[in-house]
Amino acid sequence: MKSSIPNSQFKNPVINWIDTRLPIFTAMNEAVGTEHPTPKNLNYWWNFGSLAGVTLVIMIITGIALAMNYTAHVDHAFDSVERIMRDVNGGWLIRYIHMNGASFFFIVVYIHMARSLYYGSYKAPRELLWILGVVIYLLMMATAFLGYTLPWGQMSFWGATVITNFFSVIPFVGEPIVNWLLGGYTVDNPTLNRFYALHYLLPFVIAGVILLHIVALHRFGSNNPLGIDIKSDKDMIPFHPYYTIKDFFGLSVFLAIFCVFVFFLPNFLGHPDNYVPADPLSTPAHIVPEWYLSPFYAILRAVPDKLLGVLAMFGAIGILFILPWLDRSPVRSAHYRPMYRVFYVIFIVNMLALGYLGVQNPEGIYILLGRACTAWYFIHFLVIMPLLNIIETPKALPKSVSDPIFSSGSSSLSPAASRKSK
Amino acid sequence: MSKKKSRRDFIVIASYSMGAVGAGAAIWPIINQMNPAADTLAMASTEVNIGALEIGQALTVKWRGKPVFIRRRTENEINESRQVDINSLRDPQADEERVQKDEWLVVMGVCTHLGCVPLGQKTGDGKGDYGGWFCPCHGSHYDISGRIRKGPAPENLEVPPYSFISDNVIKIG
Repeated sequence: MKSSIPNSQFKNPVINWIDTRLPIFTAMNEAVGTEHPTPKNLNYWWNFGSLAGVTLVIMIITGIALAMNYTAHVDHAFDSVERIMRDVNGGWLIRYIHMNGASFFFIVVYIHMARSLYYGSYKAPRELLWILGVVIYLLMMATAFLGYTLPWGQMSFWGATVITNFFSVIPFVGEPIVNWLLGGYTVDNPTLNRFYALHYLLPFVIAGVILLHIVALHRFGSNNPLGIDIKSDKDMIPFHPYYTIKDFFGLSVFLAIFCVFVFFLPNFLGHPDNYVPADPLSTPAHIVPEWYLSPFYAILRAVPDKLLGVLAMFGAIGILFILPWLDRSPVRSAHYRPMYRVFYVIFIVNMLALGYLGVQNPEGIYILLGRACTAWYFIHFLVIMPLLNIIETPKALPKSVSDPIFSSGSSSLSPAASRKSK
Repeated sequence: MSKKKSRRDFIVIASYSMGAVGAGAAIWPIINQMNPAADTLAMASTEVNIGALEIGQALTVKWRGKPVFIRRRTENEINESRQVDINSLRDPQADEERVQKDEWLVVMGVCTHLGCVPLGQKTGDGKGDYGGWFCPCHGSHYDISGRIRKGPAPENLEVPPYSFISDNVIKIG
């Protein structure tokens, strides 16, 4: 009898008994434990995946707490949020964490994506890993938009109106689809109710896609700053304790910055107009999206045609799905791609410029700049990325992750050289 | 393996098809519940007394949850909107087709771009480059006939169904 059961090897008898029947501890160990080998040269840019996971947990916990005090009705929503701010015990703290948590979730994810772009983490064999990431990003934008509607302020109402009207560009069925989404002819109580239901649902869908994201990650393991394949066990260290401790250190720095915003600048990233109750008869003179959607809003406004504008905006996100096939260069890390490195910096600056232009009034020089930056966004992906493989000569790649540190030949063993290789 | 179609193939295809029809029939109510409900659909109409409006003044009323712009236009404004070369417009429409009485313009106050309410009803508002309305969201300019002249909006401001019950009262819807 005894020998016929394949026993788990944990020291704690209770854990062992459970794991033998339900190998959940083995799974954890292989996900973030001692049994998960990780490239030894990961730098701090690799902290942001786990940070994003922690932020999602913070958002779900504070979100459930807010849901216990929120009323999804056009007559009561705004007041119930104010009640959370004034009367509910600690309500102001929970709401400020949730509000700023959304912004910080996007900050973390944008850095996570920028890391991937710089070190070529989206390239074969990690294309699906990247695509699942873009799916998560899309779901995050949907969730953030739905959540922003709930306080029923002016920006909530008009943001919901503008974004649902995107679908009116669909030929023939556009209008019926908008009415179906809204549950009426205009953003109203049925809209608020369904947005609330979906805002509660989507974070759990995100959690599900994150699971797939992690399964895909573990198929080939993490990319690394050199972008080369791992050759041997010598290049690896176990995730625990080396990266758990590093992630915890990163988390404490992140939480410190986060707390500065929650406690001292809670409305810095928001818009004051959302503290004005929604008025269906008057659009605020200056309507802007939250900062994290701003670059795409700038692209929408850059095109002076309704259909093409909406297509450009969705296309700007859609283009990310085919990125692994637009970039034909076999070299992953920008470290060894002198030309891509320059274009990468230009791309980031262009992205920041789009973000700035998205919150400016659509007049004068801003229209022109918006068009130039929008054009460059698409040129970067559709022209520069495929072209670079032809005109760029990558630098010689190191033979292994250990190689640049303990290299033979010309490079020295100086601490500066080894630091550089990180 | 014979390529001849057998009775079994027929049964398989028929049962899959029935399954698909059944699944569709089960999903439809879930999708359809999101469409506008009966009370929302009830075509409310609203009667507006416009007797108090002086020439050049404007009034905003709510119909089906959306704003309707009513404007009593001046002689100049009427002439101006009739002198425009119709072929130069993005959504060509003569001013005469858009009004029942020359003086009274009744249009939905909903920008045909992405649904914001254009400015121009109040005295202090910017009225855009063509003296009608200006949408602050994405910069669409409408003229004094509610026609799109500049910016991303594809169509003129919609004219809702309305009728004059008397000289001073109109019924919208």
